[in-house]
Amino acid sequence: MSNTTITAITMPKWGLSMVEGKVIEWLVEENADVAVGDEILDIETEKIANTFEALDGGVLRRKVAEADQTLPIGALLGVLAEPDTADADIDAFIEDFQASYVPPEIVEGEEAAISYEWADIDDYKIRYLRMGEGDRNIVLVHGFGGDLDRWLFTQGPLSASANVYALDLPGHGQSTKTVGDGSVAAMASIVTKFMDHIGVEHAHLIGHSLGGAVAIQTAIADPDKVDALSLIATAGIGTEINGTYINGFVEAESRREIKPLLQQLVGDPSLINRNLIDDILKYKRLDGVTEALRTIASEFLDGDRQTVDLRHHLASVSIPVRVIWGSADQIIPAGHADNLPDNVSVKVIEGFGHLVHVEAASEVNKLLQG
Amino acid sequence: MAASLSVEDLLDAYRTMKTIREFEERVHVEFAKGGIPGFVHLYAGEEASATGVCMNLTEDDYIASNHRGHGHCIAKGVEVSGMMAEIYGKGSGTCHGKGGSMHIADLDVGMMGANGIVGGGPPLVCGAALSAKLQGKGGVALAFFGDGASNQGTTFESMNLATVWKLPVVFIAENNGYAEATASSWSVSCKDISTRAEGFGMPGVTVDGHDFFAVHEATKTAVERARAGEGPSLIECKLDRFFGHFEGDNQKYRAPNEVKTIREEKDCIKRFSATITADTDITPDDLAVIDGEVQALIDSAVAKAVADTEPGPETLLTDVYIKY
Amino acid sequence: MARKILYQDAINEALDQEMARDDSIIVMGEDVVGGTGANGEMDAWGGVLGVTKGLYGKYGDRIMDSPISESALVGAAVGAAATGMRPVCELMFIDFMGVCFDQIYNQAAKFRYMFGGKAKTPVVIRTMYGAGFRAAAQHSQCLYNIFTHVPGLKVVMPSSPYDAKGLLIQAIRDDDPVIFCEHKALYATEGDVPEESYAIPFGEANIVREGDDVTIVALGRMVRFAAKAADTLAADGIDCEIIDPRTTSPLDEDTILESVENTGRLVVVDEANPRCSMATDIASLVAQKGFGYLQAPIEMVTAPHTPVPFSGALEDLYIPSPEKIESAVRKTADYGN
Repeated sequence: MSNTTITAITMPKWGLSMVEGKVIEWLVEENADVAVGDEILDIETEKIANTFEALDGGVLRRKVAEADQTLPIGALLGVLAEPDTADADIDAFIEDFQASYVPPEIVEGEEAAISYEWADIDDYKIRYLRMGEGDRNIVLVHGFGGDLDRWLFTQGPLSASANVYALDLPGHGQSTKTVGDGSVAAMASIVTKFMDHIGVEHAHLIGHSLGGAVAIQTAIADPDKVDALSLIATAGIGTEINGTYINGFVEAESRREIKPLLQQLVGDPSLINRNLIDDILKYKRLDGVTEALRTIASEFLDGDRQTVDLRHHLASVSIPVRVIWGSADQIIPAGHADNLPDNVSVKVIEGFGHLVHVEAASEVNKLLQG
Repeated sequence: MAASLSVEDLLDAYRTMKTIREFEERVHVEFAKGGIPGFVHLYAGEEASATGVCMNLTEDDYIASNHRGHGHCIAKGVEVSGMMAEIYGKGSGTCHGKGGSMHIADLDVGMMGANGIVGGGPPLVCGAALSAKLQGKGGVALAFFGDGASNQGTTFESMNLATVWKLPVVFIAENNGYAEATASSWSVSCKDISTRAEGFGMPGVTVDGHDFFAVHEATKTAVERARAGEGPSLIECKLDRFFGHFEGDNQKYRAPNEVKTIREEKDCIKRFSATITADTDITPDDLAVIDGEVQALIDSAVAKAVADTEPGPETLLTDVYIKY
Repeated sequence: MARKILYQDAINEALDQEMARDDSIIVMGEDVVGGTGANGEMDAWGGVLGVTKGLYGKYGDRIMDSPISESALVGAAVGAAATGMRPVCELMFIDFMGVCFDQIYNQAAKFRYMFGGKAKTPVVIRTMYGAGFRAAAQHSQCLYNIFTHVPGLKVVMPSSPYDAKGLLIQAIRDDDPVIFCEHKALYATEGDVPEESYAIPFGEANIVREGDDVTIVALGRMVRFAAKAADTLAADGIDCEIIDPRTTSPLDEDTILESVENTGRLVVVDEANPRCSMATDIASLVAQKGFGYLQAPIEMVTAPHTPVPFSGALEDLYIPSPEKIESAVRKTADYGN
């Protein structure tokens, strides 16, 4: 019998810095039918835990990796095949795979070797990461308190057919920690100047949360620069917002304070692991961050209300606009996606939280590429 | 002698010495009555030293004191009723009842604290002097210490450091003849503590500590030298205490009638009064007015201290850290 | 931007960035410059191990050599702190605390309390500790527990370059007296450190590794040893959670207790002598507040109750090793089986 119907499930590479992942648990039993996109196992990386969705379909004939096992990217996790494939063929496939598998060389300090680039814009040093090649340009704008790493599961897939740029807004990530007046308009102007700096005349802007508001504002201020808008759990098109989360995030100093807050960002709180918390605390400890976040928050927030309303502009733009939301968003309610103008296409994904682009990465990526 | 000081200065000096004397005499009485907890070391008899020294200082200058610190505190401007309340362990005390007699401090007036550790103060004034030097405002820092502390390593280290770093420090050795119950004539290896200055490369002078004017003059010279950036000096004031090492000291180590003779013949306040009423227009009546005011001040301080409440139990745990 | 630098360079960078930020920060100690008054070059040493090298060139008189007079030196730092400066004083070896302890525990530690909350003493005393350098009994001790005992002091023990920089910046900005303990064997270790300034709050333990089977609380250099032991143990299916308290005063009790609640087993690793130590302190904390969580007796891995020996053969036996930690973990993991 031929091996052609036997497919390997291998450890994915999520983000540039991932070198290995830990299997948390299998979500399907052996001999279950698996369709493309089915959630098959939970994997934890240095950055975040996530659910791995099947890239191929078939019957899960063998779980090779066990729970708690840490394996390098590309390592064999399981085997998909037809129900009638002989066990001996499965065994042979595994043996061949393991014999020929060479784990990627782990270079000491590989993370530092990621080629972040820097743009001098006004008085700011703006960090960005460029991936991919193509005729189209995409610029990713993260949300409040985030950074370009938040696009870990987005930038790679989108870069298959486009130039994809992710930047750290002022006050965020490794960009300068001053923010001027901290307004959405000021950040939109930074995005415009950033595009000028990198020589991108126009791009598809994808913004998450506050980054969505920044993207809309950029399209209002410089309509020629924006080909399309994709707004994920966006700020700026409704009133309600979880001010307790925002202010709590700004003021939190310890793991104990910040963990329950971060868990509000996702439908599945177990995704918020130690490394993600450590990374966010490391960012928040940097001089100037707390003040920067306070300033930005005061510009778009008044208690539990947003003070920036760009909703009415969406009807007047002539470019494609897509709005994506997780139904279980605890920061900005998914209800803001209701009753949008007809030119806006809307998708609310059931069961996911504010970080829907991380939790339901492949579904969101499909929408973003569509 | 009185010529270099104005009448106002002299009356201020008198008021300070008299306040210290009345304060200490009254603590002696109240302690014996059982109203004051713990133990206290009284400064009565040594007033000319604290007063003569501190009249050369401003609020921006610092002093560090020792266990016998009430006089230094008053001379440096610590508020008297707060001190009395502190000695009674009351919540309204200078240190809210958490320091007591041996730890009265008020950094706002440049008083870095009485100190329960013999030789504890000299290193600290090196620091205050370093601050003054780096801040460049001409400030000075002085350490009061006794003949006992003059034998401590910390004092020697501080004298060396003050010279090496050229710090604006004045070391004031108050030699009252006894370290606790042991005579300084036996425990101090040299005749005059001031001669130790030479070994540390600084000027040293011994003055009669009963003589306000001698103390004032010597300190003036040393403070001017320090303010001018020329480094530290040592002044030894030879003087006597009217009371024991602490209240309750049987003082059997002192000769019979020793204290009586000192009170009769070496009382610095009597001497000062005689000088200023002879050399200036100040009259005994002027001094009597001050005496009455001082008496009223001490009466009111004691009455207030007695009436004040104990510190609240919630303060047991406060002020250990600024943030913990 | 993160890059890898040495623990000692992280300390130097923290001092440098803070001195550039605030003129009231001064550095003082024996040979922290090196060469003062001599005929050769200034900044000849920059500290006995070169940790403060280069600061003299940038900050001149704000970094000063002291005579070998620890009482006067530390007392001057304390006095300067109480009168408006923010001194970072180097006590070359923690073993030298004996000749200046009064200025630390009777003066600096107590000012605020004795003076009714009116004093502020923002002094940092940097000091090197720990065995492993064949430096014998008076240059190798782990005496942080003695400082930890004293109310009014904060005690910090960074175990990595990242922590060294962030905790030192916090120490300098902190308004209370801080004893900053640097393990001499960590100076040459390397790790990720952001170029920007950042402060790590005190009393926030670092969960160095997550695990469900056994909690290891380790301090300073012992964090690295515990990590090594945990790697070996993981291969045998024993998952250790490693907690680095980072500061022994304040101590993050909650993180330790929460971990033991999850694992039910505790190994405390402390390079100090065993009696009245952080090991006994943490063991007593868990015995008192987490007794119900425990499924096995608490294990302690410490030095023996002896001075630090000189001979390498003896010193290697003296220092807790990854192997000793591993065996203590196995003992508690196997308890009842």
